[in-house]
Amino acid sequence: MNIYQDIILDHYHHPHNFGNLNKFSKSIQVSNPLCGDKIGMTVNFEKNEIKEIKFQGEGCVISTASASMLTDYAKDKSKHELKKLDSKFIIKMLGIDLGLNRIKCAVLPLEALHKLL
Amino acid sequence: MIDFLNIKKNFPIFQKQPDLVYLDSTATSLKPKIVINKIKEYYEEYSANVFRGIYPMSEKATIEFEETREIVSKFINANKSEEIVFTRNATESLNLLAYSLGRKIVEPGDEIVTTIMEHHSNFVPWQVLAGEVGAIFKVIDIDEEGYLEFRIQNSELLKQIITKKTKILALTYVSNMLGTINPIKEIISEFKRINPKIIVIVDAAQAVPHLKIDVHDLGADFIVFSSHKMLGPTAVGVLWGKERLLKEMYPFMYGGDMIDEVYIDRTTYKNPPHKFEAGTPAIGEIIALKEAVKFLDKIGMDNIQIHEKKITDFAINRLTNTFGQSIKIYGPKNIEDRGGIMSFTFDKFHPHDIAQILADDGICVRAGHHCAMPLHTRLNVPATVRASFYLYNDERDVNKLIEGLKKVKEILK
Repeated sequence: MNIYQDIILDHYHHPHNFGNLNKFSKSIQVSNPLCGDKIGMTVNFEKNEIKEIKFQGEGCVISTASASMLTDYAKDKSKHELKKLDSKFIIKMLGIDLGLNRIKCAVLPLEALHKLL
Repeated sequence: MIDFLNIKKNFPIFQKQPDLVYLDSTATSLKPKIVINKIKEYYEEYSANVFRGIYPMSEKATIEFEETREIVSKFINANKSEEIVFTRNATESLNLLAYSLGRKIVEPGDEIVTTIMEHHSNFVPWQVLAGEVGAIFKVIDIDEEGYLEFRIQNSELLKQIITKKTKILALTYVSNMLGTINPIKEIISEFKRINPKIIVIVDAAQAVPHLKIDVHDLGADFIVFSSHKMLGPTAVGVLWGKERLLKEMYPFMYGGDMIDEVYIDRTTYKNPPHKFEAGTPAIGEIIALKEAVKFLDKIGMDNIQIHEKKITDFAINRLTNTFGQSIKIYGPKNIEDRGGIMSFTFDKFHPHDIAQILADDGICVRAGHHCAMPLHTRLNVPATVRASFYLYNDERDVNKLIEGLKKVKEILK
């Protein structure tokens, strides 16, 4: 199955929540030295829930689409809920069949999110 | 003249996958039928251990095994087959040198010199050794075009690189990313003029499969390479070294086969090469390596190099003419100075996405930093796409690559 489906490419070309929050409670940067992908994330919590979240950086289609969809998903969710997310969730969220070597790209945004929690 | 268009017939993988466009021989090469058959022959007909059994099967295995050493030795014009040590791969050969030679000769304050274009396997062992011993780790830079910063005319620069304190110079013959063929013979001769005592170690993993090597002519002290990049089986590496140096070095691993006599209070060791070959080796694979060498020899290394040069030239021109400024190809512009390796970036597209879309059409390229992270950092690019060519590639493969890249542009634009 082709992983470059319209919905994925749409998130890549027009990523949601792209940029930096001016005021944020926490920020993080993660990278994958193998391919040079870098993702920065800024977040605002209210009590234990994410109220605002943004990401920026350079990445491949998969990591960008994953960050775009994951930041959408994370809004208004509790830390507790988000901590439970794993790679299986990411694969399901993307809805594509990822080979072994591309899973790393897909879970990089999740690694950033988990470090913020 | 060699019929390169029909050479694919010798490689069974093309019968199973007729549409395969394999452009990753720098990572590992495909295997011809005669190599695969030879492995099968060993496992089916005389799969005994070497150097031990008195029975005929073991003798046959030992003869076949040692014959490979002889053939490899002649292939690179070594003095004698005892100078050929079998390891698991070029990486292990380099690590063997770092342990058995490096730890013997490098002292605090000495210098170990390598280059920015090395594969990690010829970089990290020396970096770690220098750190452990308290030696100075020096790295030769490249210029903007991807040549080593090595100017014979500039003797001042040379003297900054190699000094009386230099013990080891470890450098690659052909860069696995830039494709640059370093003028190894000139480099060794100039550097040994400054300090005749330096030990020169050449990583020839990307050279031995693609061009004619004569270890005497080069003037190196050690060269290393891998069987699997030269049509041979995996799990076999080669270390060639001058006999005198091999004798002086510490053993690498201790155990069976490498000992002479063992007592409770002491052990004596065999002479090289067996001193460095502890434990049962990859017997069938080593035996089959000779078929790969014979295959290459029959075609002729000079013919192979000419063929690769022609196809690389064709590829670089086609890519540049088709995609213009959006393609950036790394490495020397003069085709005479490069091997069959073409690393590039394409527009703003991520190398992983490019490789993935090409893969969907059966085109195999490498994406990433190709185990050369210091080089990518130096070039200020996190990752590149690499297409590499060998004797079984032809212009049709290049044309398919072009079509594939057009598709990449269409999908990701």
